[in-house]
Amino acid sequence: MKRFQTLVLIAVVALLWGLNYLFEENLNPYVLRVIINCGIGMILAMSLNLVNGCAGQFSLGHAGFMGVGAYISATITSVLNLSPFFQTDLGVGCAIVMGGIVASIAGYLVGLPSLRLKGDYLAIVTLGFGEIIRICFLNIEAVGGARGLSGIPPKSNFFWVYLWVVVTFIALLRLLRSSYGRAILSVRENEIAAESMGIDISHYKVVAFVVSSFFAGIAGGLFAHFQSFIDPNSFVFNKSVEAVIMVVIGGMGSLSGAILGGVIVTLLPEVLRVFEQYRMVIFPLILIVLMLVRPMGLFGHKEIWELFRRKASS
Amino acid sequence: MLQAFLQNVINGLAQGSVYALVALGYTMVYGVLQFINFAHSDIFMLGAFGGFYLAKWLSPSVSNPLLLLVSVILGSMAFCVAVGLTVERIAYRPLRSAPRLNVLITAIGVSLFLENLGQVVFGADPQVFPSLIPTKSLLEGEGLVLNNIQVTVVIVSVLLMLLLHWIVRHTKLGIAMRAVSFDIEVANLMGIPTDTIIIFTFTIGSSLAGAAAILYGLSYPKIEPLLGVMIGLKAFVAAVFGGIGNIMGAAVGGIVLGLAEAFTVYYVSSTFRDAIAFGILILILLFKPAGLFGTFKREKV
Repeated sequence: MKRFQTLVLIAVVALLWGLNYLFEENLNPYVLRVIINCGIGMILAMSLNLVNGCAGQFSLGHAGFMGVGAYISATITSVLNLSPFFQTDLGVGCAIVMGGIVASIAGYLVGLPSLRLKGDYLAIVTLGFGEIIRICFLNIEAVGGARGLSGIPPKSNFFWVYLWVVVTFIALLRLLRSSYGRAILSVRENEIAAESMGIDISHYKVVAFVVSSFFAGIAGGLFAHFQSFIDPNSFVFNKSVEAVIMVVIGGMGSLSGAILGGVIVTLLPEVLRVFEQYRMVIFPLILIVLMLVRPMGLFGHKEIWELFRRKASS
Repeated sequence: MLQAFLQNVINGLAQGSVYALVALGYTMVYGVLQFINFAHSDIFMLGAFGGFYLAKWLSPSVSNPLLLLVSVILGSMAFCVAVGLTVERIAYRPLRSAPRLNVLITAIGVSLFLENLGQVVFGADPQVFPSLIPTKSLLEGEGLVLNNIQVTVVIVSVLLMLLLHWIVRHTKLGIAMRAVSFDIEVANLMGIPTDTIIIFTFTIGSSLAGAAAILYGLSYPKIEPLLGVMIGLKAFVAAVFGGIGNIMGAAVGGIVLGLAEAFTVYYVSSTFRDAIAFGILILILLFKPAGLFGTFKREKV
């Protein structure tokens, strides 16, 4: 079984590598950009899904952690001038991981005090932290301040972004199926019941928050090395809202739903381009209508494959 | 030294009273329905634009500045009420029994919708809000700046807050509103028409936002479709600061926030102006999770 999994993994990596070549040769650059943006959206949505969907803690500051990952990794590759290693593919990869780690530390620092709060209060405090993180970047001249940071090596291609999509998916899926994941889910279902069963709810909330911030940081690092330019305005409150919308559209707590949500939210503004200036008006309308007619999101708590399984048995 | 201090107090009060008026709208809706009405900030924005067009239309025919100011404020309030009630009817009422998260997402959706619609209809470029009353300096010398606009802003907001206080404390409607915010189900059982009360809550909240928008336009005459975002967030912070659902708290929170910002801009840096609001919020929530005047409800099994 273990051998089989390794083989599948190697096959997936090889497939991504092949597709990367295929796409870069044959695909219109605009389409490739949209596909890569979808990948970044997927990572963002999956990571936020762990906190908002699985642990049931409403966070509105995800863009802040994305910003930490983006700024830290971009600082390593293009401000500090440590060594030429950080200009290569592998070096950029290391920098992005570093960004993720720092983002998870930021998540720990933010999560520890604020996760004592519940519901709307938590939403507002995370929003506040997200904004504070952004304003800090706005005031650090070394990373460009309001002018932003440009000249970041554009190393995030299809292969790296989708490799991280696969890594995020596997990591989160395995986390959710472990005892940790079940504890996190129990916090969502009923905090008091979970606590009386001996689950340290604040510990699991913080764990969910830290893991989620790590992957948000990764998404940020990939974003920075894809756009090769970031400024504090890339990580405003609306970006956090976008991430929440991804999770909600897909269904709270559904990992595959989050992937779909990431794709939809990234793709929809592009598809709606035919409506020109009205596209950004239509987009929130779709969200409102979805909330009115399908409040659970597209998949609810279920994963895509579970939907098919139930159909097969009944 | 003292002059600078006093100047900051004046600026802070003028800014803070606008925050307080917007915060009241947040806190009242939260008190009754327990959700953050994210669209409130955009109702504020629409009020500013409504007042802008009304003032353009009225100013050739109305020469008395006081009459002009009052009619623009009333017009903007009426416009905001219309928008607020439409939003409540279309987006929020169908979700009355839905999970709170869904209502929150819908509110965010409505907010995005109004912002983007505003950008299409009004254009993304800032517009200059007409000066409804000529600016007159009231204090000369002493190094202090105090003009009639700042005084008007504070007076109008204090009057509106007193009116609100009277409505909530001394009218039948106010008693019903407090009952609904105390327990919506029991209030319903006691024969209070909860839907009507919710409509009144939205009416009052939106009208305050409309008035606040005109006062804002008078003091900062640059309005744009995304104007509401930051002001809305800060007003919400003010509401949470005072204890959400608590009307006095929202007023105090708004004023405190306005003062804190004025002092931050003067003594630290204007770029930290937006951070201070959230910094205060985080501190207060960590030490007093229910806000300054709020009561903390313990969840029971």
